[in-house]
Amino acid sequence: MEHALDVHRLHFAFTITFHYIFPQLTMGLALLLVYLKTKFLRTGDEHYNRAARFWARIFGINFALGVVTGIPMEFQFGTNWAAFSKAAGGVIGQTLAMEGVFSFFLESSFLGLFLFGEKRLGRMGHWWAAFLVWLGSWLSGYFIVATDAWMQHPMGYRIAANGQIELASFWDLLLNKWAAAQYAHTMLGAVQTGCFVMAAVGAFYLLTKRDEAYGRTFVRAGVLVGVIAAVLQLFPTGDWQGKMIAEHQQPTLAAMEGLFRSTDEAPLVILGQPNVEKRKLENPLEIPNMLSFLTYRRWIAHVNGLDAFPEDQWPDRISMLYFSYHIMVGLGTIFIAVMALAALLLWRGNLYQSRWMLWALLLCVPLPYIANTAGWMTAELGRQPWLIYGLMRTAHGVSPRVGAGNVWFTLLGFMGMYAVLAILWLFLVWREIEIGPEPPEIMHGEIPASVLGAD
Amino acid sequence: MGTLWFCLVAMMLAMYVLLDGFDLGAGAIHLWVAKTDDERRQVLASIGPVWDGNEVWLLAAAGTLYFAFPALYASGFSGFYLPLMMVLWLLILRGTSIEFRNHIHSAVWEPLWDFLFCGSSALLAVFFGAALGNVVRGVPLDASGYFFESLWTDFRLGEQTGILDWYTILTGVLALLALVMHGSLWVRMKTSGAVSERAAKLGGQSWWGVLALTAVVTGITFQVQPQILTNFKTWTWGFVFPALAVAGLAGVAFELFKKDERKAFLASCAYLAGMLTSAVFGLYPMVMPARNPVYSMTVASAKAADYGLKVGLAWWIVGIILATGYFRFVYRSFAGKVPTDDNPHGYGH
Repeated sequence: MEHALDVHRLHFAFTITFHYIFPQLTMGLALLLVYLKTKFLRTGDEHYNRAARFWARIFGINFALGVVTGIPMEFQFGTNWAAFSKAAGGVIGQTLAMEGVFSFFLESSFLGLFLFGEKRLGRMGHWWAAFLVWLGSWLSGYFIVATDAWMQHPMGYRIAANGQIELASFWDLLLNKWAAAQYAHTMLGAVQTGCFVMAAVGAFYLLTKRDEAYGRTFVRAGVLVGVIAAVLQLFPTGDWQGKMIAEHQQPTLAAMEGLFRSTDEAPLVILGQPNVEKRKLENPLEIPNMLSFLTYRRWIAHVNGLDAFPEDQWPDRISMLYFSYHIMVGLGTIFIAVMALAALLLWRGNLYQSRWMLWALLLCVPLPYIANTAGWMTAELGRQPWLIYGLMRTAHGVSPRVGAGNVWFTLLGFMGMYAVLAILWLFLVWREIEIGPEPPEIMHGEIPASVLGAD
Repeated sequence: MGTLWFCLVAMMLAMYVLLDGFDLGAGAIHLWVAKTDDERRQVLASIGPVWDGNEVWLLAAAGTLYFAFPALYASGFSGFYLPLMMVLWLLILRGTSIEFRNHIHSAVWEPLWDFLFCGSSALLAVFFGAALGNVVRGVPLDASGYFFESLWTDFRLGEQTGILDWYTILTGVLALLALVMHGSLWVRMKTSGAVSERAAKLGGQSWWGVLALTAVVTGITFQVQPQILTNFKTWTWGFVFPALAVAGLAGVAFELFKKDERKAFLASCAYLAGMLTSAVFGLYPMVMPARNPVYSMTVASAKAADYGLKVGLAWWIVGIILATGYFRFVYRSFAGKVPTDDNPHGYGH
């Protein structure tokens, strides 16, 4: 890759993919932490408070990694995508700055209090700290999704005489219907990561017969919240998102579905490999007429294939887009099945004894990460060849003076650094799981006050 | 509208320097003022609950700069591509070393993170100082509105400058010294015992360095960037900014002598604020001076359209009032000295 554009794209793709490992867990866990703190507040049972403290430690590690890997994202708009920033900064800078001003301040202030200030704040105060951390992280998610939604489906702008894209309506930018659909879908994905991780740790404790009371709490919380999130992920939010793509990004829909030819009876592809040169799908396993129905709610409805659009409007990485989408949907379906089954066993009262189900929950832990990543890849590869859909092509957005060599240099730097961070992350989280919710030194108050702030 | 946002962004950057400045400074002196593990935990606990919030000022300022002056964001960030990426790496190293250090108690774990924390903090101070030096000196902007600076060229102030030349190295060292002083005064105020005493001593020593370099750099700066002198001549009220810096620096010495820990730190804040506002005032209306003044980017040429700036003002005011409220609450919650085994009732209890 000597072409600067490709390296710039890989640079952003790599850093954002790595970054999103952390927020998807912290946004999901923030909700579950509020759940555990609420349980503690209502029952007064110290068990829930210790459970919350345990997850707060894991939250802290992930949050720190989310912060440090998040800063490069904001910077890269300017460093690597200067032409885009110059043209559209007046619009998307609004939502990015609002994220800083409204959510980062909130989140960082109250996370400090949440992690270090339990004694000082008291029970109610500490619940509020947990609540505000949740609010801050979910607000942050909204501003970022609203920024991306504007690039997917630009609203509330006008193009000035000098070519600058100017903000014309603040509310159209902020309340873009694309943002609403994408936000709901994204946050549910984050909740699922949080739930699967919590349930997996619980399952691990139950299977290894240690901290079993906590194991039950974690599995229960993960499954109860997880089953709701898994269903809502598909319907209505996934469906809503799909309809939006069908309406506004037709070539994207065709590429996602591997539909090369327009037809009145479009099938839904379950498996198969797209062959872009030959314009066909190989080894297809399909449900007849299903895509027509899902898209237009009629069994016989015309769906445009890629052949309906000029090739310069096609997403430029069709196979990757097709597979990302299919992996996301396939995993989402598996999540519904796993969570529903676990919820059924929970209702019947034998979830904690059924080892095979606990094993399934344990082994599922990487899958929501893959599904969330694949989902974002679907959104962003699907937006191609546009940087701002219909307004600016990706090729026109890069920094004109930053050459491939310099981008390789920094990309390799990030790769090296993130490899180390990934190892540390797994190591430290694993360590917290092994220490468990009742660490001996904390239970006996041997850690000096300075470690935990004043606690 | 553009000028207003110029002032607001400058204010946010100044907030960043005052707040993150003390925790960067605390990092830079970490290995020198704290020798044992307990002492090092004290230094870390003095910034632990607040450093992340302080750093948010950088993100919020960058975000604000982005929507208020998109052309500047594009040109400046891509032009300073290499040093900015290195700043990002250092921020990553520093953030992880603060957060990871106390997870494991071991003779190989903590010292490693202490070293990385100290090194990355010090280097960040130098980078930020050099960055400010680059902006004051001017960059090789051309008619396209873009530039790209190598890390170094010939270390001279010619047409094709690098990030590092003798002038920006000087501003980098000044920034390091100023933040060492700032951080020392913070650590002295927030800790007790040997750490506090060492920090007080280091604060006093670095004061002399700051004094000397401030005088030297100020003198040279008037030569390097003639616009500054013009601005002070045009608007003489602008002398309040350098006066603030001088008063702050004098105040640090005075309060160190009187042993008032809080006022000494506040005086250091005044010094930093005075220096930054002087520089910003001197550059106005340029937001990114060019080596060839014809191509300098100004408030008017870089600002976004008025509608966006007006809407932005409405939410910005609300957001900053909220943020100020959170900061007051957090700093009050952690007011007073860091609790230790000898002094378990810290934080104002």
